Formats: sequence, C-alpha cells, structure tokens
Amino acid sequence: MKPSDPNTPAAKIWDFFASVRLTVVLLLILAATSTIGTLVPQNASPSDYFNTYGPFLYRLFAILDIFDMYHSWWFQFLLLLLTLNIIVCSLNRLSGTWKIVFRKNPGFVLERFRKIPNKPVFNDSRPLETLKPLFVSRIKRRFGTVLMEDTEKGFCVFAEKGRWTRLGVYTVHLSVILLLIGALVGSFFGFEGFVTIPEGQAKSRIRLRKTGVVLPLDFAIRCDAFHVSFYESGTPKEFRSDLTIVENGNPVAKKSIRVNDPMHYKGISIFQSSYGKLPPDTVTLKMESEETKLEYRKKASAGQKIDLPEGAGSFIYRDFKSRYFFRGRDLGETVFGTLIPPGGTPKKIVLPLRFPGFDRMRKDTMVFSVETVEPRYYTGLQVSKDPGVWVVYSGFMIMIVGCYITFFMSHKRLCVEVMQKGNGNQVHVTGTANKNKMSMDAVVDKMARELAG
Amino acid sequence: MTSSFILSVITFVLGLSATLYIAAWVFKKASVGKAATWIAFAGVVGQTAGILLRWMESYQLGIGHAPLSNLYESLVFFSWTLMVIYLVVERAYGNRVIGAFVAPIAFLAMAYASLSPNINDRIQPLVPALKSNWLIAHVITCFIGYAAFAIAFGISLMYLIKQKEGRQQGRLLSLFPENRLLENLNHQMVTFGFLFLSAGIITGSVWANSAWGSYWSWDPKETWSLITWLVYAILLHARLMRGWHGKRLAYISIIGFGAVLFTYFGVNLLPGLHSYAQ
Ligand code: HEM
Repeated sequence: MKPSDPNTPAAKIWDFFASVRLTVVLLLILAATSTIGTLVPQNASPSDYFNTYGPFLYRLFAILDIFDMYHSWWFQFLLLLLTLNIIVCSLNRLSGTWKIVFRKNPGFVLERFRKIPNKPVFNDSRPLETLKPLFVSRIKRRFGTVLMEDTEKGFCVFAEKGRWTRLGVYTVHLSVILLLIGALVGSFFGFEGFVTIPEGQAKSRIRLRKTGVVLPLDFAIRCDAFHVSFYESGTPKEFRSDLTIVENGNPVAKKSIRVNDPMHYKGISIFQSSYGKLPPDTVTLKMESEETKLEYRKKASAGQKIDLPEGAGSFIYRDFKSRYFFRGRDLGETVFGTLIPPGGTPKKIVLPLRFPGFDRMRKDTMVFSVETVEPRYYTGLQVSKDPGVWVVYSGFMIMIVGCYITFFMSHKRLCVEVMQKGNGNQVHVTGTANKNKMSMDAVVDKMARELAG
Repeated sequence: MTSSFILSVITFVLGLSATLYIAAWVFKKASVGKAATWIAFAGVVGQTAGILLRWMESYQLGIGHAPLSNLYESLVFFSWTLMVIYLVVERAYGNRVIGAFVAPIAFLAMAYASLSPNINDRIQPLVPALKSNWLIAHVITCFIGYAAFAIAFGISLMYLIKQKEGRQQGRLLSLFPENRLLENLNHQMVTFGFLFLSAGIITGSVWANSAWGSYWSWDPKETWSLITWLVYAILLHARLMRGWHGKRLAYISIIGFGAVLFTYFGVNLLPGLHSYAQ
C-alpha cells in the first residue's frame, strides 16, 4: 500500500496521514471546535443572532458557518481528514499485523523468553518423560496452540492464544468509519420532515425541517384518533396517535404510535412528536330562561344556525379560542357565537367554559353558557427517512465489540522451560503479551502454580 | 423508613469512610484503613438497599420505574458504582491510599444529591419520552463510565502529587502505590470508562432515534458527551506517541474528568433540550 520511494510527494502525503500525531491533533481540534456549537445556539433565526451578537460578530459567524457549524464545510473537512487518517494509518499497519495473526507456524524465540526477569521458578523431581505429557496437557487447558521442543538440558513448551485479538483495534477504527459513512448516507438519501394532522383527517405531504420544502409522500397518513393522558400532578403521561396508512385509497397498515414507539412503513418512520387542540366541532349549549326559569340544552355545530326555545331567535357557534383575555385576565377556553333575536340585530356573545355565569352580564332574558365541548386534537408527527441508520447501528455494535477486544483481550504467549539440575528439574515459567502486561504476570503466576501443583 | 432517609444516612456513612481513608493515609494507621474499608462496604450495602427500596416505592406509588430517571437518582447510582469499582480495585491491589482520593468523590456526589436545594429527591412519574428501556441502559452505561473516569481522576491526582514531591520522598508519599501501578490503573480505568461511555453514547442515540427519529442532533448534552469521548480518545492515542507517558496522560485524564463534570452539570447552564435536572 505504502508508496515504495519515500521521497515522492505521494509518499510524503501517505506519511502525513499515517501518523498518530495527526490523529491527536485532529481529535483535539474536533473536541475544541465542537464546544463552539454548544455556546452559540444552532439554527436559530438570523434576527435573533443579529440582536445578540451585533453586526460585526454576526458577519464573522455567518462567514464561518457558526450558526450551523456541525454541517459547515470546515467541520466536514475535519471529519474527512480524520477518515483519511484512520484509513491510511490502518492500512499502513495492517500488513504487519496480518502476518503475525495468520502465520502458519507460530514462531517462538526461546532466547527472548529466557531474558525476561523475575519469572516464577520451582523445582520438580519427577523424571522429564513424566513431566512432558503432564505439562503439555495442563497448558493445553489454558492455551490454544501448544508446541513442545527438546532443548540441550531438558525441554520447553510454548503456547499462545488470542493472536486474532490483534485485529481488534482495526475493527474499532472500522466502526468509526462506518459511523461517518452512515451519517453521510443519511444526509444524502434521507430526510426529516414534519406534519400535523387533525383527528379524522389524512395527509400525504410533509414539510422538511431544514428547508421548509413541502415533500409529497407515496401514501397518506390518517390520524384516526389522538389521546393524551396526564398524571395527577398535571405532567403528561402518554401521547398516542392511532394511525392508518392509506395507499391508493386503501388502508394498508395501522398502528397506535407513542413517544418511543414509532411506526415504520416503506423505509419511512413516523414518530409522535407534538400535539395541539383544535376548535371543537360541536359544543353543548345550556340556556336558562330568566322568565320561565326553565333550562334547555342544545348541541351547536360550528357555523350552523340553531333555533332557540321560547322564540328567542337563533344562535350560531362561530369560533373557539383556548385563551380569552377579559380586563387583563385570561379566562381560558372560550366559545364565541352570534345571537340573532327575532327581528333584532345580531349580537356577539362570549362564553368562557370555566365561567358559566359570564353571560349574565348581558342582562338578557336568556342566559347562555357552554356545558361541554367535544375536545378535538391534532397530532404532530415527525416523518423521517434515514437509510444510513443500519450502517450506523452496525458501526455501534462493532465499536463495542472492538473496544472490548482491544482493551480486555490480548495476544498472550507462554514459555515453560524445564532444565535438569542435579537430581531434579528446575521449571521456569515466562510469558509475554502485546498489552496489559500486568495481567499477563498474573496469568504466568497462575500457570506456575497449576504446573507445580 | 423511606429510601430518601436511608440514602441520607448513607451520605454520612460514606463521609465517615472517606474521612477514615484520609486519616489512615495521613497518620499511617493500618487499623483505621481497615475500618474505612468496612464502613465503605457497609455504606455500599446500605446504598444498594436504598436504591432497591426506592425502586419498590415507585411501584407502590403506581409509577413503577427503575430509580435512574432524574438527577438525584443518577447521582446516587454514580456514587454507588464508584464505590463498588473502588472496592474491587482495593481488593485487587491492596492499597488504601487510593481510597483517600476516591471515597470523597462518592461522598460529595451523595451529599450534593441529598442536601442541594436544587435537587428534588421525590419519586417522580416519567414523562413519555423517558419511558424506554434504552434510557435505563443509557443511564447505567454512562454512569459506570463516569465512575471509572472519576477513579482515573483520583489516581491521576495521586500520580501528579507523587511526581511533584517525588524527590523529597515525603512522609505522605510512602504509602502511595508505585508509579507503574498508578499509570497502569489510570489506563485500565480509562479503557474501562471509554468502553462504557461509548456504550452510553450509543444507547443514548438509539433511544433518541426511537423517541424523536434522529440518532444524533448535536444538542449540547450530546455534543459534550462526544467531547468527553474525544478527550479520552486523545489519551488513548497520545500514549502511542513518543514522550507521552505518565504525567501528560495524568493531565489528560484530569481534563477528561472535567469534561465529564461539564457534561453532567455544566450543560444545564447552556441552552438545550436534553437537560435532566429541573
Ligand atoms: C474517533 C476516532 C478514533 C477512535 C475512537 C479510536 C479508537 C482507538 C482505540 C480504542 C484504540 C486502542 C487503544 C489502546 O489499545 O489502548 C486505538 C488505537 C490506535 N489508533 Fe485509534 N481511534 C480513532 C482514530 C484513529 C486515527 C484517525 C488513527 C490514525 C492514525 C488511529 C490510530 C491508532 C493506532 C495506530 C492505534 C494503536 C494500535 C496498536 O496498539 O497497535 N486512530 N484507537
């Protein structure tokens, strides 16, 4: 992979990207610049920025894309450099690692093990021919590959395991690349949109969050019903939308979605995101006659004229507002209507739900109030598509497995040398590992105890 | 007896244990150190009981969720994890001076949770967004990671103190573990923490994706957890460069823990949507 002549520009570029120093610098720059986007709120409106930062900083930030910095050209460029860095660095070292991992015959250099200081030593008086099969079988229990050789003064047993764990760090780096690729796929082939649907209605167009562009879908989403429930304290407990997907006029899929439980259809995901109240279709009016002291109840639908009892004329339910200010006080949900007395001029009447006596102020013979309204909601849905999500998720999995292998497993090699000395034998146990040397010391001690026992 | 009461008693138990660890180190009294360990152990047992009781109480209230849903509960869990990991390390390496640097952190976390007027220790029902098993996995993994980083922080402090006064071989340093062990422990705790922080960020983003349809949206809390992750990634790679050993790595470990604290508390001072605490 590496260009063979070290003086060509290609080789210089290769070396630049192969260095861990570059990695540290890039990670440092990424960490430092990432803080900017947490100090300057992202994607707010230009006028807010202008008012907060003033003309000079505003211009500067706008040029540097600070208001959407994680998608700015320079941030993306840093990520590109990091990707090249990982790829080149990994390729550079992979061939060396590959040779160690996939070697046919494990190579052991006895001299190297002999040089290791502070190794456990013990004496064993049994004959060499007894010890050979005994040691080999005991070591085999803990190590995959075991090899025995005769030496000048006795014999030695080599063993190793976990050669493949040397590949762990490459999988970690691969996972980082998968995350970046997955994010790229998502930003090119995915979208994030939003739609609000009143109960009982269907919509097949959504509005994209970033650009505000309207995007038609291949199907319509119908909201059959929306439910919201609250805890006693008033905090929301559950939001639920009963949705039906309608394609070419046929319902093809149904699901009740909640927060944390979205619906997926044809690669598009639909999430419960917000909700709101709509003016009710019908309200139940209560009328009290001051003359006859009789009470009447009648349903009124929006915009429809209804006849009133006792020849009092007719009434039209015009409007509904969730807040109504009267003398500076918010009276809450309020129904607005028009009263048309027989032969008289139409009058506007205001009926706050929480204050049934409000209409008495008109001092008319008929007092109106609203008894019940049928609440109607619209649901706010996040509609998004991200074909890169599975690439990202596989990156997630590989990263965890890779980190575990890299951090907590190692390529361990063991050498047990038995030398005849006087009447008995002296046994030396040594081991090496490509990392976590201290834990290898523990493995060596344990092995020595097992062999001596 | 309520769980909040048990946990506030435990705060004092851990405070006593931390004091004894420090006393054992300063006055070189092995018996005091032993007492510190036993009290720490009792504290952890009590904490476990408190957490389990809180879990049961939430079911009795008809709310029913794991005690990992707000700042109070996460601080208690952090302190618990920190002490558990510490006791394992103490057992493995037989050195109690580390306790003088770690137990106070566990105590402070509990004290802050129990005593701060800004922190509500009532069991609260979950808002819809928090009802997710991914959230539980997210909190558990993140706080195991944070606890490991806290221990790495304590160990790095010890390392730096030792380097500063290394030549005089002060009386206070005689019981310190050798450099090699401190370096090794710092690295072990950082790798352990890195694995769990990675898992924490991952479970958090899977949760965000199932709740809001986007696995990463650069909100300040997310971004700060990424910054923390990058700092520790820097540490892991700096080791590979010539001349980057002991002291410099200890500094990065301390900066990393600073980033952890900022992710945990500081982000609430920034504008954002993710903040737990209220
Ligand atoms: C965010 C990006 C990255 C992450 C999360 C990451 C993660 C890791 C991890 C966890 C290790 C293992 C450290 C240890 O054994 O203690 C490692 C080692 C390493 N990384 Fe990275 N890395 C990243 C980027 C890079 C890049 C861009 C390079 C390119 C030079 C690189 C080069 C290396 C090398 C050479 C090793 C040592 C491998 C060995 O010990 O044989 N890393 N990385």
